[in-house]
Amino acid sequence: MLFNEPSPLETKVLTRRFGLPNSASIETNLANGGYQSFLKAVEMTQEQIIDEVKASNLRGRGGAGFPTGMKWGFVPRQSPKPKYIVVNGDESEPGTCKDRVLIENDPHLLIEGVLIAGLAVGAKAGYIYIRGEYRYLIDIMDKAIDEAYAKGWLGRNIQGKGVDFDLYTHTGAGAYECGEESALLESLEGKRGQPRIRPPFPAVAGLYQCPTILNNVETFCAVPSILEMGGKAWADLGIPKAGGTKLTCLTGHINKGGVYELPLGFPVEKMINEVGGGIRGGRKMKAFIPGGSSCPVLKGDEAWPLTMDYDSMAKAGTMLGSGGVVIMDETTDMVKAALRIMHFYQHESCGWCIPCREGTTWLKKILTRLDRGIGTTRDIDLVGDLAKNMLGRTFCPLGDAAALPTISIVEKFRDEFETKLAKIQVAVPAMADSPLVVMR
Amino acid sequence: MTFSPELEKRFEKLLASYPAQRRKSALIPMLMYAQDETGYVTHELVLEVARRIGIPPVQVDEVVTYYSMLWRKPRGKYHVQVCTNISCLLVGGEELYEHACKKLGLGHKETSADGRFSLEEVECMGACSWAPAIQINYDFHHHVTPEKLDKLIDDLKRIQ
Repeated sequence: MLFNEPSPLETKVLTRRFGLPNSASIETNLANGGYQSFLKAVEMTQEQIIDEVKASNLRGRGGAGFPTGMKWGFVPRQSPKPKYIVVNGDESEPGTCKDRVLIENDPHLLIEGVLIAGLAVGAKAGYIYIRGEYRYLIDIMDKAIDEAYAKGWLGRNIQGKGVDFDLYTHTGAGAYECGEESALLESLEGKRGQPRIRPPFPAVAGLYQCPTILNNVETFCAVPSILEMGGKAWADLGIPKAGGTKLTCLTGHINKGGVYELPLGFPVEKMINEVGGGIRGGRKMKAFIPGGSSCPVLKGDEAWPLTMDYDSMAKAGTMLGSGGVVIMDETTDMVKAALRIMHFYQHESCGWCIPCREGTTWLKKILTRLDRGIGTTRDIDLVGDLAKNMLGRTFCPLGDAAALPTISIVEKFRDEFETKLAKIQVAVPAMADSPLVVMR
Repeated sequence: MTFSPELEKRFEKLLASYPAQRRKSALIPMLMYAQDETGYVTHELVLEVARRIGIPPVQVDEVVTYYSMLWRKPRGKYHVQVCTNISCLLVGGEELYEHACKKLGLGHKETSADGRFSLEEVECMGACSWAPAIQINYDFHHHVTPEKLDKLIDDLKRIQ
């Protein structure tokens, strides 16, 4: 089921079977080109498959944007240990709802992508980790897996090609942290979702300490079309250094919120005004988050001239992220936005690394008092200072994810914090000369 | 403990989904599916799952205390979850949550006396483009207004 009308400006590659009757069924999938790339991959060598993925310039679609072909190339294929394919379907980055659409409308595309990854590294088993809230998607995926077994696209000697592959779904249980690759692996092993130190990376020592390819749902879903079109042609859908298309979720103050498949390098202005139908109420855009709440926030004016790709966003001091675009119009209370974002990270911090556990807790407390207008101007500096001290000091990127948007909001919208403090007159005890917290 | 035949079948499938010496992997899925039947993760369930997997019960407790969807207390037959994260917040998620509190007479993670409804303010549930969103048990509802929420709850109240 589609929750929003598609836009004529989309480049429909991953989503091309969306909207067909029973698009999630294996019949519809097979009748519309499904599993053909797998048959092509069976005839290729492992190097050829990986080279094709490298040529496509596909970069991880979960948010980190790591080159997928390179990641696959890190797997020690000659290792005597079993190899695993793990799909990250723990989609929980605020603003992101694209993997949900992919699994719901074309689960067999994901199975095909996983099978090709299996061929590329010689894996015989895979797990699809789906967040607990997406129970109905687990049911859809389970049904698709059963269909694939019944039709000989999973199991022993697939389509008589001498390939074996088993695929299972695995439910999460409500933890943002489990979207981080090493925490996901811990969770998949039946433990608390706490991150592992790296190296070794999952490619070398992942699930059960065996070589593992771990990618986002969308990343795997991109693979069949890469083999079908050829890596180069797929890359050319986007721009140099950022190949292909990206599912983009338009959220917030926008007229036509929805998930749209747009080529990499798509102009922000066209995305908002033409694909998304403009800002709600014809208002001005105050702030823009390109890909989930972990990204540094841009001012509206900074965002308009940009394009949706890795380099353009990096140059502007933010990241393309997961594709969860959050648009905030001029009515938005940025102090409140900062608080809500921190509320989330504080709730989701797994508690393993102290800078993140304590940092998010204190930032939430300080932002709460700023939001209520009972802070002091020095609290504004304290927020920025505390957040900066979290950067790079944790096992996983959750600490950075909490700090980056906070630092950017404080820097870019400092006047809003000051206005809020000036407006509400509450007696605040005089501060001592020495700082409350020494963070050096 | 005895479970329904469907759940027993699922347990069997889960325990066979992972390598023999890695059965602990089945832990979280077993708890998630079992609590749909038992209502929440009871002490009995902890012991039973530990026994079936062959791990000490403390390893089950470790997991139960970590994951927000594993409940250690009974919750309502209809668990209403309102998202107030950033994308929902921008389009009225917070007002919707406040409305739900009043409508149900409940606060965050509270359950009604008759055990029919419980309420939770939740983090991003992956419905951001169609916000504000709520989930009632596992069912998603998009573009929810206070009026739509009232109707959903009133309809559920009529079910005996």
